[in-house]
Amino acid sequence: MGSFWGLRWVLNRILHLAPVALLATFFVFGMLYLVPGDPAVTLAGENATLQHIQEIRALYGLDRPVVIQYADWLNHVAHGNLSVSLLSGEPVAGEIAHRLPNTLLIVAGALGLSLLVGVPLSIAAALRPGSRFDHWSMAIASSGVSIPSFWLAMALVSVFALGFHWFPATGATSLSDGVGEALRHIALPAIALSANGIATIARQLRTAFAETLAAPYVRTLRAKGLSPAAILWKHCLKNVSVPLLTVIGLLANRLLGATIVIEIVFAIPGIGSMVVNAAINKDFPVVQGVVLVTVALVIAINLMVDGLCRLLDPRIARA
Amino acid sequence: MRAISVDIAPRTDTVLRRIGRWLMSDWRAAAAVAYLGLLLLLSLSAPLIAPYSPTAQDINAMLEDPNAAHWLGTDDIGRDTLSRLIYGAPISLFASLLAVSVGLALGVPIGLCAGYLGGWVDAIISRVIETMMSFPGIVLAIGVTGALGIGLIHAMIAVGIVFAPEFARLTRAQTMLVRHELYVDAARSFGASPLRIMLRHILPNAFQPVLVQTTILLAIALLVEASLSFVGLGIQPPYPSWGSMLARAYANMDVAPAQMYPPGLAILLTALAFNALGEALRTAINRGSITEAGQT
Repeated sequence: MGSFWGLRWVLNRILHLAPVALLATFFVFGMLYLVPGDPAVTLAGENATLQHIQEIRALYGLDRPVVIQYADWLNHVAHGNLSVSLLSGEPVAGEIAHRLPNTLLIVAGALGLSLLVGVPLSIAAALRPGSRFDHWSMAIASSGVSIPSFWLAMALVSVFALGFHWFPATGATSLSDGVGEALRHIALPAIALSANGIATIARQLRTAFAETLAAPYVRTLRAKGLSPAAILWKHCLKNVSVPLLTVIGLLANRLLGATIVIEIVFAIPGIGSMVVNAAINKDFPVVQGVVLVTVALVIAINLMVDGLCRLLDPRIARA
Repeated sequence: MRAISVDIAPRTDTVLRRIGRWLMSDWRAAAAVAYLGLLLLLSLSAPLIAPYSPTAQDINAMLEDPNAAHWLGTDDIGRDTLSRLIYGAPISLFASLLAVSVGLALGVPIGLCAGYLGGWVDAIISRVIETMMSFPGIVLAIGVTGALGIGLIHAMIAVGIVFAPEFARLTRAQTMLVRHELYVDAARSFGASPLRIMLRHILPNAFQPVLVQTTILLAIALLVEASLSFVGLGIQPPYPSWGSMLARAYANMDVAPAQMYPPGLAILLTALAFNALGEALRTAINRGSITEAGQT
């Protein structure tokens, strides 16, 4: 019976998400219409041959009604065809698939690091609310969201890559080429990205922990002689898991955006550097492809977060 | 005239006076306001203060360390870093203001309509807001910039479009809170048009939360402008913005590593000031120390 309701919930969520996902594809498609003038002429750039302009027109089917263009484009997307790059002529989907692992590795590393530092920090601050440690750690966390992460990345490169030679300054290697080397490559980008993540997690979770620790049931647990550690790990963490998951979902969205500039700093061949170069070179199919894949990732992550929250807290399911 | 002002002055507590008292009581807000005021002054008087032209090149002084002639050193084509930093201030501030203004102009009316009209208008607008918030902001901004064409104005309009759903969501929520209040019903029964009700009776309620959000988004706009200019999608050479200065500094980091600190610190401090002001405003509004509600 339980799995039946679970299935129903999944179907429900998908039904709810369908319009959002469809709208998202429409926005990505519609970006083409923000291109000033005749998109084919503008995208072909200066000194374009008539043939090149015709190619772009044919690629987008710009001579047909918008609805047909969209349906056609969507049909291609549904079959995994994200068109071809105007510059290289290579399929966009293949290039994204090739580069995505590099991006995901940095994002995962940054997320892991943010949790590893942010969660203990929030617990330490919440255990002594109003203390000097609480005050200062939260003040520093507040300023953590104001640091330009790419500037932090530059400073890290300057000190730890060019100064001490502890880490490589640029590039990326895949996990399959050796875990150690891959981790050495993502270390600095992940640290640069995580400053913002640590600050966000520390601040949001501190509030959540402080609220839980002040709850009447915690007083009862304390009264019956349970050790603070047991109260924290067995009871509070369970109650904080939902806000924690929500923050993780939010962070995944932010990190996927912030990693773009970080990839430029470290010359990492991910989808971030791909979309920036495409935008500069007016390679619009590539821009659309990357934006589409990113938003699909975010929607999928949000779906997972919702599902996990529901599993962890049956109260959400009943509501 | 004089008699009137004497008559009124003791009874009313002017907004300016309340703001003054608030700044006296909150050092964080006071510091942020002082810093931003100074920055604004610097921006307006850049040509008077800056020792050199921001675009003047000096091939005899390339990538110099800070010295008596160039207090913060020079960049790779011999331009004075201090002058570029000073001239970059109005550009970075203008860019942030532009993005937030576009976001306000698009988002607030849309949120107001969604919240007040309700029904299917609200259903559609809410879905659109939800969808747009699924895009990582900077990715969407890069996509829109790619479509509009690169350049600072286009990039900041793109960022404004990304901000619009945030303002729309906030305004919608505030509107929903008050649209069934007695005074709104009263206005309606007097025959006020929906437009008048929205603008005169509902919109003022959204002012304070929107003000807080505006301040915090100014910080984000500044950081995004720096990012976009850093990767080459924002401001184009030879004009300086703090982000594009960092790009030059990064390219020459092995020779002159110190060049990356002035623009980076300028971005950090300014974002910090906007954020601090936003949070102080939020606290003050919750406490009611600026609003009239707090006085009664």
